[in-house]
Amino acid sequence: MGINKYDFNEKNILKFDSNEHELAIVTKNLQVFYGDKHALFDGDLEFERYKITSLIGASGSGKSTYLRSLNRMNDNVARVEGEILYRGLNVNSKKINVYEMRKHIGMVFQRPNPFSKSIRENITFALKEQGLKNKKKLEEIVETSLKDAALWDEVKDDLDKSAWSLSGGQQQRLCIARTIAMKPDILLLDEPASALDPISTSKIEETLVELKKRYTIIIVTHNMQQASRISDYTAFFHLGHILEYDKTKHIFTTPKVTATNDYISGNFG
Amino acid sequence: MKTKLQNNVAITVIRVIAALVVLILAFLLGDILISGIPHISWHFLTAASQSFTSGGGIGVQLFNSIYLLILTLIISFPISLGAGIFLSEYAPKNIFTATVRMAIEVLSSLPSVVVGLFGFLLFVVQMDMGFSILSGAIALTFFNLPLLTRNIEESLRAVPDLQREAGLSLGLSKWKTVTKIILPEALPGIVTGVVLGAGRVFGEAAALIYTAGQSATNINFGNWNPFNSTSPLNLMRPAETLAVHIWKINSEGVMPDAAAVSAGSSAVLIIAVLIFNFSARVIGNQLYRKLTATK
Repeated sequence: MGINKYDFNEKNILKFDSNEHELAIVTKNLQVFYGDKHALFDGDLEFERYKITSLIGASGSGKSTYLRSLNRMNDNVARVEGEILYRGLNVNSKKINVYEMRKHIGMVFQRPNPFSKSIRENITFALKEQGLKNKKKLEEIVETSLKDAALWDEVKDDLDKSAWSLSGGQQQRLCIARTIAMKPDILLLDEPASALDPISTSKIEETLVELKKRYTIIIVTHNMQQASRISDYTAFFHLGHILEYDKTKHIFTTPKVTATNDYISGNFG
Repeated sequence: MKTKLQNNVAITVIRVIAALVVLILAFLLGDILISGIPHISWHFLTAASQSFTSGGGIGVQLFNSIYLLILTLIISFPISLGAGIFLSEYAPKNIFTATVRMAIEVLSSLPSVVVGLFGFLLFVVQMDMGFSILSGAIALTFFNLPLLTRNIEESLRAVPDLQREAGLSLGLSKWKTVTKIILPEALPGIVTGVVLGAGRVFGEAAALIYTAGQSATNINFGNWNPFNSTSPLNLMRPAETLAVHIWKINSEGVMPDAAAVSAGSSAVLIIAVLIFNFSARVIGNQLYRKLTATK
């Protein structure tokens, strides 16, 4: 069964009424190129604050590329054109201090990547680099961010152990804790559970649902059940085009675009 | 059946070759150590060498070797650290970087005697530095720099890119990410490389014969003012090292116990290099544990 050719003009992209919904981040006409290869076309999405938005699609559909462009992690590997509006500021502009911006838009990666330091230092390291010296304050942040990432009870007696002594799922939650210790606005997650077993995955999912009370979460996932379980909105990517963006329940029950329908019914990908 | 036979033959051949390598090493080490160790004594390790009478030691040469090694590391480590960081983390893929890499490779394949003669012409003669520790240290730096740079670059490269992304995604600058996350993680590998390189530098003779010179001038171990010509720390005095001493005794030594001094010196040299090799492993492992908080 080959992949059907879909009409990239057949789109259904949700737009929010800005009077009723508070928007966390908006992209306009985002284009990403790897060398000569056009990897993402016309990325136009709006993300509502304190919601979980899933980005789904087959491998190579451009969903990770899109996500990594949001906090400029693609700067050295790709050319990104278009606007990324965060608090009315185009963060895709050359004038933006990307290091400052990344404190507001944090990221968790596909494979757990804790620093080769102790559990405690993994969380305090970046804070200290920013000049936070107060020991008591640091301890407080270690505790709250580990609690937020649902890891505290498992590691509270082992804070000085190496982060690599944790299991994969714990490492990933540590990475989440490390990111939220920076008090970001937006949390970008790039398939955070794809390398984990089902139990760790469900723990991460519970954590995310809890976190959306205070963070806007955008998550790339391969796993459609995961998208339908935890997210409020879902965007479907196909070959670098965003073909459908709607409430998650609409995407999974009554998709309006042929390609989305084929993808969620398992016809390709 | 045929596959099994082939497999067995291949494994046997490989085992024999491996055993041969170990055997050669064991024979070399054994021979040097057995003939040399009986001559090693506290007196031998500390006394000044004698040119015409027996009973001379290698105290000055040993000190010179160590001092030269330290000086070489002080000069070459910062340069290769900078070059290694640049090549691994910052260098864009262009002609300039390719040229730098090429230059390093050519430099590392230069025969050490050529480095020595070059040092002789440029530092000793042209820049009028004479046969001196400083000339020797600079020549050894040429010799050590490419290896150390490669080692540092490769140790840094071995740190997964995920770590760089982790640092950047937390809002750290590239420089902070490199110096505070990547470098500590690469440090065990770097230290191992430095110590192994130190072993090579310690045993180097050809590059030093025409730069640091072949004479062990009398130095006064009570005088630590580096500007005094009899001070051990003086940079401008000629300094025969242990390896050069061995070469010299065997080519023109006239003392009655030349063979014994040569054997003893060789044993000391080998033991020192072995210590470097083993400590490289131990220090590397311990550093890794300490820096990564693995218990």
